[in-house]
Amino acid sequence: MDFFSESLQTALGLIAAHDPDVLNAVTVSVVVSIWSTLFAALAGIPAGVALGVADFPGKRVAVTFLNTLMALPTVVVGLFVYSVISRQGPLGGYGLLFTPQAMVIGQTILAVPIMANFTLSTIKGADPRIIPTALTLGAGPFGSVCRLVVELRFGIMAAVIAGFGRVIAEVGIAMMLGGNIRGYTRTMTTAIAMETGKGEFALGLALGLILMSVALIVNLFLNFLQQR
Amino acid sequence: MKPLRTLTLALTALVILCSSAGAEERLKLSTTTSTQDSGLLKVLLPPFEQKHNVKIDVIAVGTGQALKLGEAGDVDVVFVHARKLEDRFVADGFGVNRKDVMYNDFVIIGPKGDPAGIVKAKSAAESLKLIAAKGATFISRGDKSGTHTKEKELWQAAGVEPKGNWYVEAGQGMGPVITMATERQGYTLADRGTYNAFKGAKTDLVILFQGEKGLFNPYGIIAVSPAKHPHVKYDLAMRFVDYVTGPEGLKIIADYKAHGEPVFFIYKK
Repeated sequence: MDFFSESLQTALGLIAAHDPDVLNAVTVSVVVSIWSTLFAALAGIPAGVALGVADFPGKRVAVTFLNTLMALPTVVVGLFVYSVISRQGPLGGYGLLFTPQAMVIGQTILAVPIMANFTLSTIKGADPRIIPTALTLGAGPFGSVCRLVVELRFGIMAAVIAGFGRVIAEVGIAMMLGGNIRGYTRTMTTAIAMETGKGEFALGLALGLILMSVALIVNLFLNFLQQR
Repeated sequence: MKPLRTLTLALTALVILCSSAGAEERLKLSTTTSTQDSGLLKVLLPPFEQKHNVKIDVIAVGTGQALKLGEAGDVDVVFVHARKLEDRFVADGFGVNRKDVMYNDFVIIGPKGDPAGIVKAKSAAESLKLIAAKGATFISRGDKSGTHTKEKELWQAAGVEPKGNWYVEAGQGMGPVITMATERQGYTLADRGTYNAFKGAKTDLVILFQGEKGLFNPYGIIAVSPAKHPHVKYDLAMRFVDYVTGPEGLKIIADYKAHGEPVFFIYKK
């Protein structure tokens, strides 16, 4: 059996047939990842900028801490959020477990350190004269930091892309907090894990190929934004 | 800024996309991988969902975890197979109204060559004794599932404490364990439904022991107790239980076939 060509055929077949299960899983994957990326950007980019431009005692500790958070295993994030939103947990009353919202919470936590770190490196590598120049030209302290962010948009967009890549590819959080519910919280990655479990290796790999194609399309769009 | 406008537009579209879902009521069901992987739920759930305009969220895990989800109140109803654990679940007050649904049976599968010679065994316990004596590879679920619980009972009956290089604790579902047993050419205990789904293209292992009374595998359905967890949808859960154990549900279960063979059997009244 030629395993890979069989997968490729299956993938094309699924796309051609507009398979509703696959379409649904793609939609859930993309929508959840975009929301997580958005929320993570709102928290992670300002955090990265703050760490990059401000000077305060304990900054090195904070940066080391941030670097450590890059190594967060998805199952640990999943378990942590699980314990908070399960009916037994402090936020149990909202019934969030096994919903797309739960996945967004988990994946946001996963992506924040990545985005903060990428933003921080971009700022470290930037021309140190940007802020003084902006200040000389009459911008306020806040305005000059904004100027810096605009100048560095390419690098900051890279942070967003890295965060998006991490969340759309992960399976631990989606499985644990989403529960792999068909048509509701089943993502491409949890579907792949499930099909592998059922021994449907070719179908699993086919879904993997579709996931990569979707990621390519999203990245082309982000790239388009980045180049402007 | 133009990119900003594009982004806003995309986000608005997303919000609409998200809010359009979730109009109907949702019932959370935790169950074992065997009911989902066998394909039964795909035919059993839709008639009920349509009739009551409800969406059933299926969380397919091992029986142990499925019951834990019920204990925590994270699901409304559980559909599992480990009679002892189910009875404890009810006795501890987490579930009410346990009802029998259906049954199938466990089989011991292994390589065609049968290195431990268990074909000649008179009982499941004797089979395991022979496997242990030979030190032949045995893959255990090791995940506190219904199948794992049954397997532990059998080892106990055999008077053997499974330990050693030959005894592999996979910690995974039935499908991955059959795949692993196939790759390692070892023995394992499997439910007949999942084995039938794998037989042929996905595994070359064969049934080497079957048909003993002790390998009977009953499935039960239990609504989570509203006394323990006031937020559970008890009424809807009971309606679902009545549907599954009523004539309509039982007929679907009895008629369901995978690869031309029935997977689950219902009790004769």
